[in-house]
Amino acid sequence: MSAAAPRWRTGAGRVLALLCCILLLGARDPILVPEISQHEVQVRQGFTGADLLLFGAILTPEGNRAAQDYDIVVVLEGPVQSIVLREKQKIAGMWINADSLEFRSVPSYFAVASSRPIAEIVDDKTAAIYELGLKWLQLSPIGVIEPKEQARFSAGLVDLMRRQGLYREEEGGVKMSGQVLYQARISLPSSVQTGTYTAETFAISKGKVVASEITRVEVRKVGFERFVAVQADQNGWFYGLFAVLVSVAMGWLAGRLFALV
Amino acid sequence: MDVYLPIANLSVNGLVIVALGALTGLLSGMFGVGGGFLTTPLLIFYGVPPTVAAASAASQVTGASVSGAFAHARRGGIDYHIGAVLVAGGVIGTGMGAVLFRLLQALGQIDTVINVLYVLMLGGIGGLMAQESIAALRAQKSGVPLPARKRRHHPLVASLPLRWRFYRSGLYISPLAPLLLGIATGILTMLMGIGGGFILVPAMLYILGMSVNVVVGTSLFQILFVTMATTMMHALTTRAVDIVLAVLLLVGSVTGAQVGAQFAQKAKPEHLRLLLAGIVLLVAMRMALGLGYRPDEIYSVVPL
Repeated sequence: MSAAAPRWRTGAGRVLALLCCILLLGARDPILVPEISQHEVQVRQGFTGADLLLFGAILTPEGNRAAQDYDIVVVLEGPVQSIVLREKQKIAGMWINADSLEFRSVPSYFAVASSRPIAEIVDDKTAAIYELGLKWLQLSPIGVIEPKEQARFSAGLVDLMRRQGLYREEEGGVKMSGQVLYQARISLPSSVQTGTYTAETFAISKGKVVASEITRVEVRKVGFERFVAVQADQNGWFYGLFAVLVSVAMGWLAGRLFALV
Repeated sequence: MDVYLPIANLSVNGLVIVALGALTGLLSGMFGVGGGFLTTPLLIFYGVPPTVAAASAASQVTGASVSGAFAHARRGGIDYHIGAVLVAGGVIGTGMGAVLFRLLQALGQIDTVINVLYVLMLGGIGGLMAQESIAALRAQKSGVPLPARKRRHHPLVASLPLRWRFYRSGLYISPLAPLLLGIATGILTMLMGIGGGFILVPAMLYILGMSVNVVVGTSLFQILFVTMATTMMHALTTRAVDIVLAVLLLVGSVTGAQVGAQFAQKAKPEHLRLLLAGIVLLVAMRMALGLGYRPDEIYSVVPL
């Protein structure tokens, strides 16, 4: 998605843009070349999370150094899912689930890293359009809900996910060097969902998004972990029987071994 | 030692889980209860999703009760006749429990129901056990023996139609009574991830009036089969049995159970029962407080 430059798609627009470029040298949109340290995260035995290095360069269309300060924002988003969020309330002296709200598109993981605090880089409107920050997540609640109630539930969800390490915001997490290179380190906890993660990088100048690029990371279970997950999901009988046999065998074996001691 | 649990989707310290299994195994060996009443809450406390915890704890109870059941079988401490009726009831109960589990999950009340059940069951049984063992200890000290309890079944049991003879238990009662008891423990096993031994044993003694020397063996026999059925039921419905978690728990619990059994031979039964009553009451109290205090997490996420 090249969100910043839709107008030069038509022929006339392109000529005009070119003219403008020549007239206002340096005001043209730069090129972003993003890369990720690994495009596949393998979840296998001993997986305790992963550290992703998102890095890249900003260049002029000619491939030169941009020679201008840009702000970079990197957003890493996990597969979205539909969820029910339940809220506990004290009823008759007990804390029980009382209210609930359904959301259609909740990212299972969401991390934002930026070179400066988001509020200093863009205004609220731009931040909301590009979902730059947890405050601007579009969670799409299902049904007609009061805005106040929706805000309460959204805040509760974001707070919960943040404390589980699944939602992160790191202002100043993007390091720039020489107005060309940027890098950000984003970590995935061990409890991440498998699926396709998208990393979107935004170059921002004077409050406007001037370039953006997407790269993808695949998080998948491999080897034994994958085998177990697939069997549990598709071969319930076999899997259950195996679990039962293992537990009986281990109990019996322990009895036998201790009888020898 | 980091171990990744493929169904719980989570990395845990394997040694902590093994230690947890050993602790509950120790209890199960010492007291002849499954120990599941401790595993499930502790696993949840450690961060394992509640459904996965309940589903995987059942297989741990299977493992812990196998060697005990074998030992009792060898010395003729199992009434297979009444045991079969209990197991039949237990399997029906797990089926009903699975339906109930789904229903409560859809309503969002499964956690509350589990917690309330724990508080009521553990509080009630723990209180009774404590009372009884303190009375027994007092009687020992004063030298005046307690009046012998008349062994007989509850009047309600007598009013049920149809009567069978259960020779080893020394009973002539309606098979509906053990069947209903089996169903009740089956439901509890499915919902709470427990073996139900601590409910079954008193119920066999005081409601059915079974003879004491077959109570523990028959209860272990029933627990063994019902937890197997529970594991199957979870594997087929919730698909939440985490084999890696179960194996870790088993490693701890089968060893713990053996060590516990050695302990149990040396200690006085009254002391053991008082200790168990104390632990059970403590867990019940903790859960009751958990219901009343403002929880850490007000919000919880359930996939649609």
